[in-house]
Amino acid sequence: MCRDCGSCILGHYVMTHAAITLRDVSVSYGRQQGIHDISAVFMEGTLTAVAGPNGAGKSTLLKAIAGMLKPSKGTIAIDPCFVGSVAYLPQTASIQRDFPMPVLQAVCTGFWGEVRERGAIDSTMKERACKALADVGLEGFEGRQVSALSGGQFQRVLFARLLLTDARIILLDEPFTAIDGETTAKLIQIILEWHRQGRTIVCVLHDLLLIRKYFPESFVLAGKCMGRGHTHALFEQKLLSYDLDMAELYTGEDNHEHLHHHDHN
Amino acid sequence: MTITDALITPFTDYAFMRRALAACVILAISGAPLGVFMNLRRMSLVGDAMSHAILPGVSIAFLMFGLSVWPMTIAALGTGLAVAVIAFGLTRVTQLKEDASFTLVYLLSLASGVVMVSQSGSGVDLLHILFGNILAIDNASLVLAAGVACLSVIILSQFYRGLVIDCFDPDFMRAGTHGRSIIGHVFFVLVVVNLVASFQILGTLMSLGLMLLPAIAGRFWTDNIDAAIVLSTFIAIISSVIGLLISYHLSIPSGPAVVLVTGAFACVSVLLGRQGSLKAYLAR
Repeated sequence: MCRDCGSCILGHYVMTHAAITLRDVSVSYGRQQGIHDISAVFMEGTLTAVAGPNGAGKSTLLKAIAGMLKPSKGTIAIDPCFVGSVAYLPQTASIQRDFPMPVLQAVCTGFWGEVRERGAIDSTMKERACKALADVGLEGFEGRQVSALSGGQFQRVLFARLLLTDARIILLDEPFTAIDGETTAKLIQIILEWHRQGRTIVCVLHDLLLIRKYFPESFVLAGKCMGRGHTHALFEQKLLSYDLDMAELYTGEDNHEHLHHHDHN
Repeated sequence: MTITDALITPFTDYAFMRRALAACVILAISGAPLGVFMNLRRMSLVGDAMSHAILPGVSIAFLMFGLSVWPMTIAALGTGLAVAVIAFGLTRVTQLKEDASFTLVYLLSLASGVVMVSQSGSGVDLLHILFGNILAIDNASLVLAAGVACLSVIILSQFYRGLVIDCFDPDFMRAGTHGRSIIGHVFFVLVVVNLVASFQILGTLMSLGLMLLPAIAGRFWTDNIDAAIVLSTFIAIISSVIGLLISYHLSIPSGPAVVLVTGAFACVSVLLGRQGSLKAYLAR
């Protein structure tokens, strides 16, 4: 998909097959509104931004793909090659920040898929973990307690862990919230590196500048799918726009109709 | 009275003291590590509520079979799992939050259980069920506790790493296994099995005392989970010995005595612990 994409400077990955396929997926989340009738295909190796107003169901979508929420309707298929190779970075809030654990050990939980209960975390793995920490700019933090980290440092620890999981599908839920510009730039580079390696990445984020600059594909969500496809095309159609108040996606049936017209489904 | 008289003779002279000690040590080894994880998972109160909620099942078994270990055990296990399914189900389906649904279920269970026992049994039977009778432990209870302890140790050793990750970041675990992780369920069943074993000894009201209080104490002294587990187990064992001796010498009920000593350890830790304690707070 990338090779057709004008705005993607990295577009050398040739799509092969669908990594994630959603067919008419609806998920209701407690008594809250969830997502409705989403059909979408995330091709292997694509880097997709999920955008939409608050409450649009972006997190719900990621959780459903991660298998943590069961769809009330429809099916979500992960390519059999990638089942068990899905990494999910939740919004920081869902993690116990005061957990008694040193940073290195927290990063090493990323080896879970590799070692499970058996086998020790050997010195090679520890080196990889230290290397991952250095990659996110946390050299020398190995022995600190995770509870002593700032929000941004903690997020970087989680990225370091993702570096170790070697997952083929990576789901990121607002990874740059409450992160300063410098760290964001660093983390973006990591995401682009994953993209180069042909991993499939789905990332929820709000920052349209980042989306436009780095994400070849986008998915606009507001309860249902408002549009998806090449990011630059979505900008042209004003589905992604700096002028557009995203909340407008909710207002009135007319608007829905209008927007639905552009739906790539 | 020599030191030997005070500390050793009660155990050498009386078989019931030795049995009580054996039972407490077994419970400590089995339960204290689980307590650390319950603490980390913030399910201390849920676990405690669970232990009270098994009462109706125990009462029915008592009315039918008297104070007999196996029927009460099976009834307690069944009730415990049923209560968990109902409470978690309510949390999921209705607007009740976890704490509220457990409160609802456990208070109803406790009240109806007490009503049932009081229908036929004497006040003594009720006391036995509510507060245990550590000095009248029969072989069957002891065997049950030992079996449960073996099961706990084996399962913890097999699921240890996963359990730690699941406590730290449940979403990561669920995503890594595509929502098919059974670790949470395994852990919960293990907790229920443990409280079933320990209610015979400490009663339904305090059965988690040896499990949770040492874990609470341990967390004030170390930032390392492995160390916290070892420390909590150690505190639980020491508390058992001290508690039994106090109950012997002062003629107070032994179950509450043991729980009181673990509680004393917890209080000292809260006040003077190395981290997160009142002392640490004042030293800031």
